Amino acid sequence: MHPLLTRRSYLGAYLGVWIPLGGLLVFLIKVSGGIGVFEATVVLAPMAVLFAAACLSAWYTCRATPLRSSGVTRLFVTHLLAAFVLSFVWAQIGRLYARALSTSTSFQGLEARYDAHSAIIVISGVFLYLVNVGFFYVLIAVEASRAAEARVLETSVFARDAELKALKAQVNPHFLFNSLNSISALTSSDPAKAREMCILLAEFLRMTLGLGEKSSIPLSEELSLLHRFLAIEKVRFGSRLQMTEEITEECKSMLIPPLLLQPLIENAVAHGIANLPDGGSVRLAADCQGGRLSIVVENTFDAESTPNHRNGMGLQNVRQRLEARYQKLASMRVTANAALFQVNLSLPAEPQEVQP
Amino acid sequence: MSVLTEKTGEKRFGALIVDDEELARQVLRELVQTHPEIQVLAECANGFEAVKAISEHKPDLMFLDVQMPKLSGFDVLELIEDNVAVIFVTAYDQYAMKAFEVHAVDYLLKPIGRDRFEEALERAKKRVGERRPPVEQIVAAARPPQQYLERLVVRDGTKVTLIPVAKLDYVEAQDDYVSLATQGVKHLKQQTIASIESALNPNRFVRIHRSYIVNFERVARIEPYGKDSRLAILGDGTRLPVSRTGYARLKSLLADRA
Repeated sequence: MHPLLTRRSYLGAYLGVWIPLGGLLVFLIKVSGGIGVFEATVVLAPMAVLFAAACLSAWYTCRATPLRSSGVTRLFVTHLLAAFVLSFVWAQIGRLYARALSTSTSFQGLEARYDAHSAIIVISGVFLYLVNVGFFYVLIAVEASRAAEARVLETSVFARDAELKALKAQVNPHFLFNSLNSISALTSSDPAKAREMCILLAEFLRMTLGLGEKSSIPLSEELSLLHRFLAIEKVRFGSRLQMTEEITEECKSMLIPPLLLQPLIENAVAHGIANLPDGGSVRLAADCQGGRLSIVVENTFDAESTPNHRNGMGLQNVRQRLEARYQKLASMRVTANAALFQVNLSLPAEPQEVQP
Repeated sequence: MSVLTEKTGEKRFGALIVDDEELARQVLRELVQTHPEIQVLAECANGFEAVKAISEHKPDLMFLDVQMPKLSGFDVLELIEDNVAVIFVTAYDQYAMKAFEVHAVDYLLKPIGRDRFEEALERAKKRVGERRPPVEQIVAAARPPQQYLERLVVRDGTKVTLIPVAKLDYVEAQDDYVSLATQGVKHLKQQTIASIESALNPNRFVRIHRSYIVNFERVARIEPYGKDSRLAILGDGTRLPVSRTGYARLKSLLADRA
């Protein structure tokens, strides 16, 4: 859609600019002599309005020949040709108008006086049209940069949104309620264990809230959060939950976005282990090689259990966070075979800077 | 179960506790303990055990967890006698509506408080012996809206079988039952063919006859049979009658897929 036609105020401003331009035209013709200011104004004022309207078409020509991708020759030929054709037609219309005026007694012989200036009129038309072309190219550039800005903003809002969702998703209310139910059971049968679990839960919550404010944390910090989470789930699931961890020492100091692995581990328990009557195991492995940090979260699962929506959401969320943070530099691969569900993450290894 | 004790004349109730978490069962066990009129007949750690225990012990009421591995609380309801008073127990409040659709007596949220528990128990005692709505309604309520069944649950005595719909060859109506044919085995289930039809994905299952629904992928060919009808020959050689409307449905599905 034409930007000047979409808003009345823009069109008004554009036409407003044409008032001095029309004046300039009158001045030019007056200076070249042989015609009075009044006569020139009567002929040129409506012509200026007409040409202002006609020049709006330059927008489409500009759009069709983008400054960057069109060659110089094409640019020149297109716009000059358009300028000459339009200006010539315009001058001819002006001539017909002058002829019509000539029939009245007060404007006798106007046609001849107009003809004497037709060259100036055509050349001014070409010039005015080219000014418009320039103006529209600027307009296009402004619009493009605005769109780009909006896109950047959108992406950052999107990233922030994913981040927020990730953080909100951390403390799953069901996890909390189930844990509280376990504590409530333990208070009578094993008060010491109940207290221990209260403390684990408190630590888990405190860490989750604290980590949310940081932009990166060393893997070791995420691990200590995961250990608490798993210790709590272990109380709930008992022997049904088995856990193995293979993490090389040097990886523990690598930086990752906080709470990146927590949703994966939570999924592994909630959608893997919880669906297996006899339980299963969760494996967490991390390795750094060639400047990359590879992390694997793997769990046994029941492929026949109805696929759960929340699971997909959690994974999608991790993927979005990785994309927002590392763009193409990080990858996430999810595989599910008969009995194993596996999430592979690969991200740039960022060693923690040693504090001075 | 519910018998009158000779001395007090108070009614007694047999109860079942079904939850996959030991600690959750423990909470319920303790809460029930203060009620001498309630006798816990069995505790079950999953749906399979629950189905078995129900047919063995015939409880009056049951505390039933919703989220359990393989067989959910709703699946269990589908498979058991319809006169057990059910109290759902779960940490998830999103099933509350569904629970009442299947006429659960009450819906307890974990962690369970004493007062709320007493309330549910009183309610359950009053409703012991009431019949629940037919299986169709339970199946419809348990299924997430706008989603088709992904598996069917059937019971043969105390043995529960899960049939993923991909393995279902065809469904045959037999009086009040349907027979579900899967890999050469037939399972009977008390449900109407119409309710099964509406729960199955119409892009995969076609009602080819008043009494038959077929898994479209199993159909090897169609042969004319008699004046107005046809036969669907399945990959394993099974021959199923196809009515005129059934044939039209098959053709339109074929056209959709092409």
